Amino acid sequence: MRKSPDRGAPPALAGYADEDAGSPPSFFPDYRSTTFRSPSQAPLSITQTLTEVSGPAGCWERLMGAAAADLTRQHAGTPLGQRIIVQGHVLDEDRRPVPHTVIEIWQANASGRYIHSLDDWDAPLDPNFTGAGRVVTDEEGRYRYVTVRPGAYPWGNHRNAWRPAHIHLSLLGPAFATRLVTQMYFPDDPLIEIDPIANAVPMPYRQRTVGRFDIGVCEPNWALGYRFDIVLKGAHATPFESGNP
Amino acid sequence: MTDLETRNPKPRLDNQAPELFGQTPSQTVGPFFHYGLPWKGGADLIGKSDMGARPDLFPDSHYVLNLSSPSGVPRGEAIDLRGRVLDGRGEAVPDAMLEIWQANAAGRYASPADRRDGIPLDPHFIGFGRAATGADGGFHFRTIRPGRVPGPDGILQAPHIALSVLGRGLLKRLATRVYFADCTENDTDPILISVPAERRATLIAQRRGSDWWLDIVLQGAGETVFFAL
Repeated sequence: MRKSPDRGAPPALAGYADEDAGSPPSFFPDYRSTTFRSPSQAPLSITQTLTEVSGPAGCWERLMGAAAADLTRQHAGTPLGQRIIVQGHVLDEDRRPVPHTVIEIWQANASGRYIHSLDDWDAPLDPNFTGAGRVVTDEEGRYRYVTVRPGAYPWGNHRNAWRPAHIHLSLLGPAFATRLVTQMYFPDDPLIEIDPIANAVPMPYRQRTVGRFDIGVCEPNWALGYRFDIVLKGAHATPFESGNP
Repeated sequence: MTDLETRNPKPRLDNQAPELFGQTPSQTVGPFFHYGLPWKGGADLIGKSDMGARPDLFPDSHYVLNLSSPSGVPRGEAIDLRGRVLDGRGEAVPDAMLEIWQANAAGRYASPADRRDGIPLDPHFIGFGRAATGADGGFHFRTIRPGRVPGPDGILQAPHIALSVLGRGLLKRLATRVYFADCTENDTDPILISVPAERRATLIAQRRGSDWWLDIVLQGAGETVFFAL
């Protein structure tokens, strides 16, 4: 065992799992934007170090500002569209909850239009809807937010291309290695099956990105409810560094 | 008798299906992330600027959650890290987003995973930053030069910054590192020497005036080395 007394106690290191069979490739020809933006070389495997197994924690408010778990109450009026609740857990692959981790949320409005200036398709903006929010999981990894169901929208991938309704989700998890950006889709949306971005995820794993309607999440006379659990890479069972306890 | 108030549709093969349990698949951030992810000051790990955000891409009234509140000036050598994100044709990528993660000047991560209590945390330094690329594909972080952190078997690594690349056309995050050209420790860095010698330069920022400069090439000649994580 190597000693480095002036550098403090050795950290308890553990590497994180590789991506599993549900991971999309970087290059997926049907999604045309991947053509010149996907690396041609395979990613290099490295021994994970403290750099990869550490990550920011408990600093979201200081970094980014306060949580915003209700996307329907950010402006003077109520946004148009179907009000929905989305809730679930953030877990790791070993089903352990991931507490106190930030989930960033962004989406189009009920008409399928983003407030972004580069989104110029002919659907109305909603002055009462931004479509951006942020939640932090609790001690048991639970989260919940309120929004409106986003609409589908056309995009330039090919003629008559339509994205299925989706909510973008961004998670950091406990480490640099657990970074995840994904999209939640809605059940029974026929566009999922023909969407090049969703299709980059092989079946049956694509279905992991489809939320479930749940009457138990609904609030009577107020909002429909969906469940969506987010599963991050798990830590390896054994420390990879032989020198450390 | 059916409980009408609580009955659910039959379970589908979806996110809640036990037989599908596993990693949630990655999807692209798409082109419209600017009002949701890069907050004002996200690329400034030292001061109180608006660096990192793209307020030109959406109305000010929709800046609902992008406000940071830095608490003071961190210790260490302030650096400007700049570069461009380029695609396989050498064209600028104006809708990418970069994130950095790094140790403080003393070589300590502000993370529960770094348990080396003998090395000081810096109350004014978190070490996580985010920058959207500009119309020219450029990015600019203001941060401090990180100290050294241990690698495999406790051997110290050369100073480096972990970097994630996200963007339209990127179905999953690309992970890489930024090293500094003036560090002799690069020659013994366990990660850097595991990279084929002819590709190491893609990870090493060079001095350009007062800046540290590193282009991120997503594909083709001079393609940046990305790591499997």
